[in-house]
Order: sequence, then C-alpha cells, then structure tokens
Amino acid sequence: MIIHHPILGPRDAQEFVYLGDATLIDRPDGMTAGVEAFHDYLYNRDNPAGEHRELWYHEQGDRSWLVVTRNTVTHEITKVELARDVARARGRTK
Amino acid sequence: MSQSHRIDAKLAGGQIDRTRTLRFTFDGIPYQGHPGDTLASALLANGVRLMGRSFKYHRPRGPISAGSEEPNALVELRTGGRQEPNTRATVAELYDGLEANSQNRWPSLRFDAMGINDKLSTFFAAGFYYKTFMWPKSFWEKLYEPIIRRAAGLGSVTREEDPDTYDKGFLHCDLLVIGAGPAGLMAALTAGRAGKRVILADEDFRMGGRLNAETFAVGDSQGADWAAVSVAELSAMPNVRLMTRTTVVGAFDHGIYSAVERVSDHLLTPAAGKPRQVLWRIYTGHAILAGGATERPIAFENNDRPGIMLAGALRAYATRWGVKVGERIAVFTNNDDGLRTALDLQAKGVDVVAVIDSREGGDLLPGIRHLRGAEVIDSTGSLGLKSITVRQSNGRSETIAVDALGVSGGWNPNVNIHSHHRSRPVYDASIAAFVPGQDGPQGLLVAGAATGAMSTHAALKTGRDAAMAALGLGTGPDLPQAEDAPVRITPLWHVGHGKGRAWIDQQNDVTVKDVKLAKQENFTSVEHLKRYTTLGMATDQGKTGNVIGLAIMAELTGRSIPETGTTIYRPPYTPVAMGTLAGRSRGKEFKPFRLTPSHHWAKEQGAVFVEVGNWLRTQWVPKAGETEWRQSVDREVLATRKSVGICDVTTLGKIDIQGTDAGAFLDRVYANTFSTLPVGKCRYGLMLREDGIVFDDGTTARMGENEYVMTTTTANAVTVFRHLEFCRQCLWPEMDVQLISTTEAWAQFSVAGPNARKLLQKIVDQDISDAAFPYMGAGSITVCGGLRARLFRISFSGELAYEIAVPTRYGDALLREMLAKGAEYDPIVYGTEALGVMRIEKGHVAGGELNGQSTALNMGLGKMVSKKKDAIGMVLSQREGLTEESGYRLVGVKPVNPEAKLTAGSHFLETGAAAVAENDGGWLTSKVYSPHLGCDIALGYLKGGDRKIGQRMRIVNLLAGLDTEVEIISPHMFDPEGERLRG
Repeated sequence: MIIHHPILGPRDAQEFVYLGDATLIDRPDGMTAGVEAFHDYLYNRDNPAGEHRELWYHEQGDRSWLVVTRNTVTHEITKVELARDVARARGRTK
Repeated sequence: MSQSHRIDAKLAGGQIDRTRTLRFTFDGIPYQGHPGDTLASALLANGVRLMGRSFKYHRPRGPISAGSEEPNALVELRTGGRQEPNTRATVAELYDGLEANSQNRWPSLRFDAMGINDKLSTFFAAGFYYKTFMWPKSFWEKLYEPIIRRAAGLGSVTREEDPDTYDKGFLHCDLLVIGAGPAGLMAALTAGRAGKRVILADEDFRMGGRLNAETFAVGDSQGADWAAVSVAELSAMPNVRLMTRTTVVGAFDHGIYSAVERVSDHLLTPAAGKPRQVLWRIYTGHAILAGGATERPIAFENNDRPGIMLAGALRAYATRWGVKVGERIAVFTNNDDGLRTALDLQAKGVDVVAVIDSREGGDLLPGIRHLRGAEVIDSTGSLGLKSITVRQSNGRSETIAVDALGVSGGWNPNVNIHSHHRSRPVYDASIAAFVPGQDGPQGLLVAGAATGAMSTHAALKTGRDAAMAALGLGTGPDLPQAEDAPVRITPLWHVGHGKGRAWIDQQNDVTVKDVKLAKQENFTSVEHLKRYTTLGMATDQGKTGNVIGLAIMAELTGRSIPETGTTIYRPPYTPVAMGTLAGRSRGKEFKPFRLTPSHHWAKEQGAVFVEVGNWLRTQWVPKAGETEWRQSVDREVLATRKSVGICDVTTLGKIDIQGTDAGAFLDRVYANTFSTLPVGKCRYGLMLREDGIVFDDGTTARMGENEYVMTTTTANAVTVFRHLEFCRQCLWPEMDVQLISTTEAWAQFSVAGPNARKLLQKIVDQDISDAAFPYMGAGSITVCGGLRARLFRISFSGELAYEIAVPTRYGDALLREMLAKGAEYDPIVYGTEALGVMRIEKGHVAGGELNGQSTALNMGLGKMVSKKKDAIGMVLSQREGLTEESGYRLVGVKPVNPEAKLTAGSHFLETGAAAVAENDGGWLTSKVYSPHLGCDIALGYLKGGDRKIGQRMRIVNLLAGLDTEVEIISPHMFDPEGERLRG
C-alpha cells in the first residue's frame, strides 16, 4: 500500500507501524472518567467492512502519527491527516 | 542420433542458434542442444519425451506445454547447493553444462517401482486417505502419513546451503506492461514513443510471446521479426526498461506489483557479484496485463501419455525450436486453432496422419485426413504414445498409430493477475473461456488474448488502445497489418467413454472420475471441488486443468458454467523460490547484531556474548583457569561487591525529553510523579500501559528546568518511544514537549562497587564526592580533561554506583581509560549474568517480572501509582481483578537446604498439596546462584505473597523433576537497608 503522507508525500506502507482504530485519540480524562469509560475506550471497537479511520505511525520516517481513512474491503485510502491536527480538532488539550 | 527430432533448418529455422552447440545431461545421459533451447525443447529434439512421473500414480509423463503452465515436466535442476526441485523443463533455459534429473521415481525414470500405485488406482481416488486411514487415530501421524508422503510427492530439496545471492529491488514507472507478445509490445511502443517511463516485463528469455511460435505475418514481416524490430526500437529508448526472464507474480495495493527476475538461472554459475534472482517491487502509475492465453486440453482416457501435448505447444516446438515431437502426428481439436497446428506442422514436413475434429460438418482441410464429428477415446504406449483410438462420427472405432498427438480444447485468457484482488472472471461463451471481470486491481487494464481478444490484429489494437487509455494519450501508432481470424469453437471438455481414467489436472493426478466422486459426495461448489480433489493446486495452480474440471462439474450438476463459477487466483503467478523472497536477509543479515561500544575490548578479552534483542552483549568475561561459567560470574559479582565492576549498559533506551511541558508530560506517561523532581536528580519511573499492566521501567533524570533524560529497558526502547510519540501527538497535542531517541548517541557504563567513586574521580573533571554528587544525583560533567559526559548516581546492583555516558565514539576509549586509571582498585568488567545476579539479590524487577501480565501491585510497587494525577494506566490499574488482596506479589525465595537447586518457571505449592493446577500458588520468574548467600535464590510471583514472608512452601517443577522445600523471603535479599548504595 501507499500512504500519502501530508508532509512527505507518497510513502510505502512498509515504512509505517499500524496501531488501529483512530478512536484511541479520544482518551477519557482519568481524573473524571471511571473504569467503565476507560474500558470502553480501550477495548470496544467497531470492525467495519468499509471505511475505517485508523492510526499509522511513520516509524521509518518522520515519526508522525497519521490518521488514515482506509476502506478495509478495497484498501482504498481516501484521506490522510496528521493525528496531531485531528486531535486538536477534537479539542484535545493539555 | 544426436538431435534426431530437429527439423531441417530450411523448413523450420526457429529462434535457435544452430551454429553453436550446448552440452547438457538428463539423468546422467549426455545430450546436445542449441542456444535458444529450453531444456524441454532440447530433450524433445533428442527424441526424449519421458521427463517425469506423476504425483500420485507415478504415471510416466512428458511435457504437455511449451511454457510456464507446465504440470508434468518437472525436474531437479543443477546439483549440490544449487539443486532446485520442481523446475519446469519447458521454461528452463538451456546452457552449456546444465545438469537435470528426473524426480519422484525409484529406481529409475523408465522403471519406477512406485508405478504399482497406478495399478492400485482405485485406492487413490479423491478423499481416499481421509476415509480410510482414520483408525486407530495415532497411526495417522506415525505410520500412514509418512508412507503416503514418501510415495507421493515432487522433487527433493538439497541439504546444502545455496551458495548464490538473491536480491531485492525497487522500480518506478508510468506504465508497467506485463507480457511482451503482440499486445504488450504494441502497448510499450505506444507509451514509449509518447515519452512515458515504461517497464516491459516478460517471463520468457525472448520477447515476442506467441509471435515466436507462429508463422503469421505482422506488417511486411514475419511476426517474430516484427517483434525483434519492435524490441530493438524499445531498447533504444532511454525511458523504457525491458525486462526479460522477469515474471510479474503479483498485483498488490495501489499500483504495486512484484516481479521475479531470473538474472542468472540461464548460466552455469552467476557472474561475479551478480545475484541468481531479484525480487522487484514495481511502483506503477498504470499497468497493462498482456499475459496472453493458455491452451487447455480435452480429457479422454489415458490422455496423459508422453507425446500427448497441447496442440499449440506442438506448433511452438516446431516453429520456435525446429523440433518435431513425433514422426507421425495427429491433432485432436474442438476449434479452428487446432487446425492451424496441423497446417503449420505439415508445412514443416511433419507427417500429419489425421486431424480429429469433434465438430460436426464444416470445411475439410485440404491434403490432410480431416475427420469431422470424431473423438479420441483412448491411447496406448506405456512410456510414450504409440497409438490413439478414434471414434468416428458414424460410431466406428479406429486405431491410428501415432507417436505424438496435439490436443486443443480452446484457449483460456491468463486472467490470473487480474483476479489478485478478488475480481471474479466471467464466462464468455463466444470463446468458451473465462475473461477478466469487473473490479480488478485499480489502474490495471487488460489487453490482447488475456482479455479474450484472440487474433493478432485484436492483440495489437487492444494493446495500443489500453496504453492510450491508461496514459490519456490522444493518438497512438498506426497498427501493422495482421491476421484477424475469429474464434470458432464448439466446447468439448471431456470424451465420455468406458471406465478408464481421463486426466484433467495432470500435476495432481485428478481425473474425471474424481470430479464425479466429488459431485456424488456433494462437494459441488468450485471451492469444495478444488479442496476435495486437489484440482488446481501445486506448482502449476491448474493453469491447464481448472476450467475443464469446473466445466465437467457444471455438466454433472446440470448447471451452466457461469452458475458453477470459478475459483480465483492469488499471487504468485508462478512459483517463487524461498531464497528470492528472503533476498539478502539470510543468516546474520536477516537479523544483524548491534554491537556495544565495549564490544571490541570484550572480544579481545575472550568474552562470552549473548543476544539481547538485536544487541550482542557481554555475558561474562572468563579469566585464565576458569573452566565453568559460574566461576566467572561468581568472581565478577564478588569483585564488584568487594571493590568495583564496570558493565556496559549502552543498550538501555535513552530518550531526551525537552520543552516547557516536559515535566507535566512525564507525569502523564509515568505512574509516579516527575514534575516535582529537582534539577540534577533522577528517579525510578514506572510506566504502565493503558490497561494498567506495567509496560516498562527505568530511571529518568532532570538535567535542566525543561530537560529530562529517560532510560528504558533494552527490550522496549523502540516501543516506549513510539508510545511517547503517540501520547504527545494524539493525546496531548497542545503540550510543549519534544522527544528524540539518543540510544545510539551515548555510550553508557555502570560503575558499581565500594570503590566506584574513587575510580570515577580519576576520570571525571568535577568533584563527585557524596556531598557534591549525592545518591540519585544527575548532571552534565566532563571527563578526561574536557570531553562532555553525563553522570547519574543510580544503582541496579545495590552498590555505590554510577552510570556514566560519553558520546558513543568515545565509549571504547572511556572503558580502557577507566580500567587503566583505576588499576589500583582491580576493576573488573562484568556481563549480563553478574548483572542479573546482583539485581535479583536486590529484588529489582527485569524481564522475567516485566512479563506484560503484571501490575505495579504484583511487583510490590503499588504505592508508586499516583492517583492524584491522570496518567496512562492509572484508572484501569484499579480494576477489581487487578487489585485483589490475594493476587500475585513479588517475593524472594531460597531453598531450605542450601544445596538444593531451583529452576525458573517452577511453581509454588503448599506443603503436602498435590501437584495439580488447582493448587498452583504462582511461579518463579528469575533464578540465580547468589555467591553471597551461598545458595540458589529466586524471585517469583506468589498468590498473597506479601503475607507469606517467612513461611515454608514447596517449589515444584514436574518437567525438571524438582520438588523442594523453600523459604519465602523478602525480595530484597542483599543489603535490605540500602546502606551500600548510599555510601
């Protein structure tokens, strides 16, 4: 597969490490959320046959974490974003 | 007798160089051939048709094809370390000195004792083994399977190491053209002339595809000559790369293709510095599959004898290689292309005794005995074809003496690569074959016979048009004049007659009967048919047999062929050697060692090394007279605790963490607090995973207000860094924190023992007295009169200890300098074994305890998990199941009898309890011999262990025959008050 890195352009997927569902960005606040919320965050995933937003890490590259929107059936990649930008857009702060 | 079957050059010159002779052997017998020959064409030229024995029945077999689809003529090529099994003689390029041997026969190819299987064929039908060798169950693995495996099979692998190299490479292009027949050449010409970057790959060593095997004209010249001229034009273009002997084996995502180039297989030995094969990864804008078509046979009884071939192959051997397979030849066909074979052979002076045409009516070929509405129903000849039995349209049978028969059941487009992404081929009744379906790999177009366009004109046109479409070109070259004959075929898949066996898949010995059996047992889906009968498996992947098999299933079940469907294809298109997939990643190059800065010094001392991840670390350093490893390790431990020892700890991960939020960031990633750590101090840190399990540990030092240096375990250096980047970028993007791995930048040594400070003071330029550099101090210093360095007063051994780091290139010099300057303290260098002894004596956790299943509470470090702040793993570490009072706790263990031995992995049992899983109390995680305590000691996880200190239990290891009484003690077994490390 080829991932179009927002900064570095097309890169072979072999340069990346795969993590999984991009909902891992939405970590609850440990000071307010309880075990149930964290359990849901950590273990419950959708497993769609189709469009999937997922985290890839450019380990053999610039160390960017990316959010890749990929169709799990066709492997078509329709969008690649810096995870940092996605996290900011979701309001993640200090 | 040499090359008795070579046709006179005036009648059929062929694409061979008759002025040069190549010598080769087959089963030890010497033969001769010419440059341009394959092993199969050269053997056929010498009158050798018998080239192998079949998989199951050990039937004598010869080649049925002239290409990579060959199911039968599999040989062992070369000898010694270069021996290669299952090589198709039809694609093995002849070279001077080639040695080939037949396989799957004993004692000889002509007389094979296992031929008895053929007589017992009733017992070897599909599914027979599974139904018969069921009982007793244990017999399968021990008795039945080994016998069956020995009897059935293909070639044998060499036990010697392959002396050749294999390589991998990467290529980029606008257009990859797969196959260099008329369609592929025309596509490449179209794109090449337009200035596009083109790669044209063909599995053959000569480009031209079928044009080399045909007598058609293209434009004003012979097809083969037009191909040669086109190749010459392409090879002069700097934007075109021509790759012969290169098979595109797979289509992968996003326009990536893999190809195997056989760089040296046509040479006796590879040229110096050249690999045998290269696995290419080709990145393409677009690709055109112009892989042509493969002819299929018609099944009839005993249709597998040497001399019975695909009609197109007979024609190819005659036209391209100037070889007549027999003296008296017949052709059995259901389509016009078979007639072409008869005419071509006759034109070359071959005696074509009959054409058996299954179609009723129609014109008869002039000058040839052309039987319409007739079928071949049987054959004779034990080691090679002697005669065929023909049933004529009036029902009369006739035996015709022939020594070669060409069979044509039609041509199957090579859709293989087009279905690598699960695109299903669709049936085209007009050519009675499957053609590429929808949703093939993105960017892949299909042209020529691969798309069902069977004439030369159609190939040229679709090739050009595909290139224009792929590249968005408005114009393309004019097409040369070429034949445009329509496909005229009346499907005939098998000849129904008698009770004999009619082969569909010759490689797997699958017959029409097996398909009938599959139907009878309700394995009617094509996928079941394939698995039940093994139709289409093994090296040829059913290139000639699949479609017949499913067409017969369609007949039997009364469904149409489209209703029956077809299996699809996966990479690779043709077999790929394991060595090619491995490339350079062999031996140590598969997993190279990382060497520590002290490696060369240690090697000079005769040190023993151990692999730790990718690192090669010093395990111990034997001295003269030490004959057993324990002597060295005990000495290293005692010497360190008595005076001073040095250990290379460079392998620990090191991460520089900087920024105004660095402290707050560390509070989030460590279970304990770091923002309160004073500058110039370090602290032990415990890192959890989000699920509350301990991930890693290490010390982190605060080097400045906004600057920390983290250390990780050797094993987790990479994953911790990855995790920190995840936290930084995905969880807390607003934090001002930057990370960089400096593991490779610093050589780091632990200097431990009562004299550690005295030794270091001889190296370090600054005052490092206890007052100036107290316990857990950290800072930037200089050594040896100005070299920048870092010093940390931390201890893994329990001794007064430091870790000192210098830029990596000075690591070797620093070690030598410390040993020289500190000689008066008799410093020793200790390895990972002594390191392990000392850390276990101190109860520090490491690999065996950091097992990815244990919590801080299990390790006795539960209080380190701060609940005053949010940190990774904090919440889930409080889960009910992880906080049980009676859960595992880290304990120390020593045997009641000091002579008794312990083994790691042994289990805790109460005295008197039976050694069964229900009574299991936990296990020993790490064990060493402690020279200070004079006995084996261990760490372990014991249920409720913190409440069992002082109790006696048993340690049981049923595998090691161990059952010994032990005392549960504190894990801090040596200097529990920590007086030494604060000294």
